[in-house]
Amino acid sequence: MNAKTAGSGAHRVLVADDNAVDRKLLATIVGRAGFEVIQAVDGNDAVEKFYAEKPDMVLLDALMPGKDGFAVAEEIKANSGDGFVPIIFLTSLTEATELARCVDAGGDDFLSKPYNRVILQAKLYALQRMRDVHQTVQTQRDEIAKHHMQLVADQEAAKAVFDNVAAARNLEAPYIKYLLSPLALFNGDVLLAAQNPANNLYIMLGDFTGHGLAAAIGAMPLSDVFYGMTAKGFSLAEVVRECNRKLGSVLPSGYFCCAAALVVDFNRYTVEYWNGGLPSAYLRKQGSSELTPLASNHLPLGILPHDQFKDDTLIHEVSPGDRLFMATDGVIEARNSQGEYFGAERLESLVANSPAESLFSSVRNGVYDFIGEHESDDDITMVEITVVAEEQLQAVDLQDSLDELGGPKDWKFSYELGPSSLKDFNPLPLLQQVLMGAPYLRVRASAIYTVLAELYSNALEHGVLGLRSDLKSSAEGFAQYYQARAKALENVSGYVRFEVEGSIQDTQVELRIRVKDSGRGFDYQSYLERARSAEAAAGYHGRGVRLLWDLCETVEFCDPGNEVEVTMQWEHGDE
Amino acid sequence: MTIRTELDQDAQKLTIAIQGRFDFSAHKDFRDSYEGLDAKPHKYSIDMREAVYIDSSALGMLLLLRDHAGGDNADVEIVNCNADVKKILTISNFDQLFTIH
Repeated sequence: MNAKTAGSGAHRVLVADDNAVDRKLLATIVGRAGFEVIQAVDGNDAVEKFYAEKPDMVLLDALMPGKDGFAVAEEIKANSGDGFVPIIFLTSLTEATELARCVDAGGDDFLSKPYNRVILQAKLYALQRMRDVHQTVQTQRDEIAKHHMQLVADQEAAKAVFDNVAAARNLEAPYIKYLLSPLALFNGDVLLAAQNPANNLYIMLGDFTGHGLAAAIGAMPLSDVFYGMTAKGFSLAEVVRECNRKLGSVLPSGYFCCAAALVVDFNRYTVEYWNGGLPSAYLRKQGSSELTPLASNHLPLGILPHDQFKDDTLIHEVSPGDRLFMATDGVIEARNSQGEYFGAERLESLVANSPAESLFSSVRNGVYDFIGEHESDDDITMVEITVVAEEQLQAVDLQDSLDELGGPKDWKFSYELGPSSLKDFNPLPLLQQVLMGAPYLRVRASAIYTVLAELYSNALEHGVLGLRSDLKSSAEGFAQYYQARAKALENVSGYVRFEVEGSIQDTQVELRIRVKDSGRGFDYQSYLERARSAEAAAGYHGRGVRLLWDLCETVEFCDPGNEVEVTMQWEHGDE
Repeated sequence: MTIRTELDQDAQKLTIAIQGRFDFSAHKDFRDSYEGLDAKPHKYSIDMREAVYIDSSALGMLLLLRDHAGGDNADVEIVNCNADVKKILTISNFDQLFTIH
């Protein structure tokens, strides 16, 4: 074996011995073994040559004038940094304690005088191999460190993008409390909130399969779809259907998103939800400790193909002060130091029995007290929404350039939906989009959408489908109402027609909306009377028409009650 | 976590038995258990008798197996689930995709 073939490049060996004869002898042996030799005549010379020549290995006489071998070894080891420069002590000492001292000083091996050429060569080769291994490890370590740094930088960048796109937007409202722990965020939990044009609150809580970057990345397309469609006024069913389609097309097979989405309608006081694979959310009525579970009744998002996806939602009636609580499985699966799970029972009991005002903090503290000290399990996402009166809502921020008076100045259109469209098409986003093509209508976007939605649901449900609204006055009736609605839609016949007319003259804006349905009409006179007296009593009846009265200048029913016309008027620039 | 597999005599049914925690660490073993076969069996049975836990990655793996076994036409049953495992499968509504006993 030869040093030049054994290792990487020519290895250089520093030979330090004050005895010239010994030094020459050593130099010859080392040179013949294939190494390049550097000679030092004493300790000080050895240190100088070490710095100047940077040898790969050092042979060091233990006893030399000036600096002895021990001092030289210590200095070399202290200044080799991460590198490994093997040192072999040359010594005539034979005492065990003296030999041990060589190793203590940093020596890697020792060789007793007189020198044996074969043993010396063997030791040089052995140490050379050690050095090569050390260097390989060193290089790999540096590469790993570099990759790790790159990975951390990538993750930080991804997280920054992710935070901007997905995290904690629109959640800073007084009626929303939430907790999204950093670990949960990067483990694929996502919490989205947005308001639609009628100021209804849409919330989506999701939990992607797996961990790390792969899990977090799906949050981006999900939030794109969610924010985009909610702002345009699409229904919950349409939003989750599109989320499913989008995730199905971007996520690799075997990856999916357990999600629950709900809409709180602050005009009609309802909560509508869809739950695919998340633990039950809970509805807790004010002044009650009974919980209505909003259980998972669907497969998670991203699994079923578009045509097999089920977007049916469930609706509950709510009133101000009611609370909704949702969490991902990180809460139920949180473990204490004994390895016990927090579990659904503990969660349910806290949500049901904590004082309503401190419900959220009670649950949060309950979970963290349970987990105790080990924070590695902190994979917690939860959100609580309090139903508030409509006036307390924060309106959607519309920062469009409101001063421009471009767009159509006088226009009208009519738009009629036949039975197949009534069955499963939602015309509101489209109508809203057309109306917002007139920039001077945008300041009233929310009111306009609310009016359109109210007129359309009245025309469809009471007119075309002939459903009676008084069913909705009790909780059971409420559920029955929506079951009856879904059933009636399956065999719907008839039409709903919109006639919309808008204008701006100077700064005077007028919007006229006329909606006619194929129904038989109804006794609107006595309905209006009841609504007027209910208004005084703040009762339930006629909530819909009172909403229209609030938002419109005029509301006119036409005989036999299957046609209604409303006008909205305002001075542009007055807002 | 260990995975044992057993093919019945006429190679029609593959039983995959999961032992311990069924999570991402099982990814490769689980895949190998059905991908390396000479011929595709008609029926797959995932035996959860000794599984103590199942997470969402494992649900993903079950979906991959379902795809491999023919997607909507796959015959995959999940048997002997304990209460915890069953609860997770139920919350995710996996009974719509698999026969669960």
